[in-house]
Amino acid sequence: MTHSLVSAATLLGLCACGMVGIGLYGLIVRPDALRKLLSFNILGSGVFLLFGVIGRRGAAAGLEGDPVPQAIVITGIVVAFSATALAATLLVKISDAENALPDAGREEDEA
Amino acid sequence: MSLVADLFTVATVSAGVFFYFAGTVGLLRFPDTLTRLHALTKADNLGLGLVVLGLLPQLAGFWAGMKLVVIWGLVQIASAGTSQLLAGLAKRQESGE
Amino acid sequence: MSEPFALLLTVLVLLTAGWIVTVRERRAAVLGFIAYGLLLALVWIRLAAVDVALTEAAIGGGATGVLLLRVAARLGDLRPMSAQPGRMLKWLAGLVCAGVSLALMALVLALPDPAPSLAGAAMEPLARTGLGNPVTAVLLAYRALDTFLEIIVLLLALIGVWSLGPDRFWGGRPAAWYEGTPSSALTFLARVLPPFGIVIAGYLFWIGADEPGGKFQASTLLAAMWLLTMMAGLVAAPRTGSPALRGALAFGPLVFLVVGLAGIGWGEGFLAYPDRFAKPLILLIEAALAVSIVAALALMVAGPAERNTP
Repeated sequence: MTHSLVSAATLLGLCACGMVGIGLYGLIVRPDALRKLLSFNILGSGVFLLFGVIGRRGAAAGLEGDPVPQAIVITGIVVAFSATALAATLLVKISDAENALPDAGREEDEA
Repeated sequence: MSLVADLFTVATVSAGVFFYFAGTVGLLRFPDTLTRLHALTKADNLGLGLVVLGLLPQLAGFWAGMKLVVIWGLVQIASAGTSQLLAGLAKRQESGE
Repeated sequence: MSEPFALLLTVLVLLTAGWIVTVRERRAAVLGFIAYGLLLALVWIRLAAVDVALTEAAIGGGATGVLLLRVAARLGDLRPMSAQPGRMLKWLAGLVCAGVSLALMALVLALPDPAPSLAGAAMEPLARTGLGNPVTAVLLAYRALDTFLEIIVLLLALIGVWSLGPDRFWGGRPAAWYEGTPSSALTFLARVLPPFGIVIAGYLFWIGADEPGGKFQASTLLAAMWLLTMMAGLVAAPRTGSPALRGALAFGPLVFLVVGLAGIGWGEGFLAYPDRFAKPLILLIEAALAVSIVAALALMVAGPAERNTP
């Protein structure tokens, strides 16, 4: 914070806040389920990044960042992937079930 | 000696960046999928090759350089394979419609 | 690397995120998400978190991308989950989300200086674990319980994915990737890349003790190689009921559990390692976990059983 207006870590922290906002917006506004899943992932990655920025600010003891948030984010990314895989498979299941219905008439799905 | 190496790096990496730029311009400006793929793969492979070549004199040891060369080779294989797949997809979509 | 690079990354990440949320076509959104994952990997490098960058590129960009591309192709016309919002509601949602972002930004700008850090606490006992990479030490020594529960989460998610398949195919094989013969380019890739992938995964695994890398990144790479050969039809997806597969899935958590319980026997407590054996034990757990993670990741992408071919 000494030389420039904001340090790179702070700037990327602000970026993370923007990611959370954009993800939340998509989650609320887009009716398509796959888009909601993507939006939720964007929201989640914003939270991870916020964590990472806080870890980066905690650089000490000769390290370039606090290793504890880093390790927890790695765990978080893997868990987020598992949840995404489960949700995506569920979407396929729902889609198959809907298409198997005899009166598969429905309004347009994407907008 | 290090000045020569630095000049070499600056020159080759700049040339590499130029080819990346040209490839991206091609991606944006060319009319159809096949010509776009052509621009991307040709120019980007050359660009990456030049960037890797330029970085070699800056590296600490032989093995660090070898890693970069292996990355370059793998990107070559991957981009050749994936652009074949994309071109095949584009062809199928064209004949399907 | 300096401020302009961080600024460029910020702009690119936010633009890509906005594009994923607003673009019309599903497939375009998924492709955007892959690019977004790779951009995030660069962001993590800028934050000097190379371990996270590798994980994000492999899982956030790669594995999630492959999974969602396949799902997007299979979805067909899925009924919308909620009504198309009107202009008024969109504005309102936009305002609320902007409010959330701004509130978070105010918090980021108000973070305490100097920041609290556990870096010192993580480095001090590092020598006793025999490891050089503090992130690996956190994952497998200080917070090993988190990693243990994480592999359990992976397995539960896989069971969830499997249970979504039709009952009559339980224990069968996941669906094939293609109806006809796959393109020769794909077969070429599936023949050429796996040997490199296996060597690089081994390298990432081994170097993870001291440098950025580790079992997750290595396992994701191996899972990707396996999936590539499955896509090209060179190997069939395994039967989800096969004892070998289920054994591989259970192997990691079981080894972890046994070593953890042995810690109680050594008088150190659950998941505590005696100093002299810390590194070999950690490597043993990592190797066992890698087996399970490869199988779990690959099969989550492959999906539930949908055919009964032997």
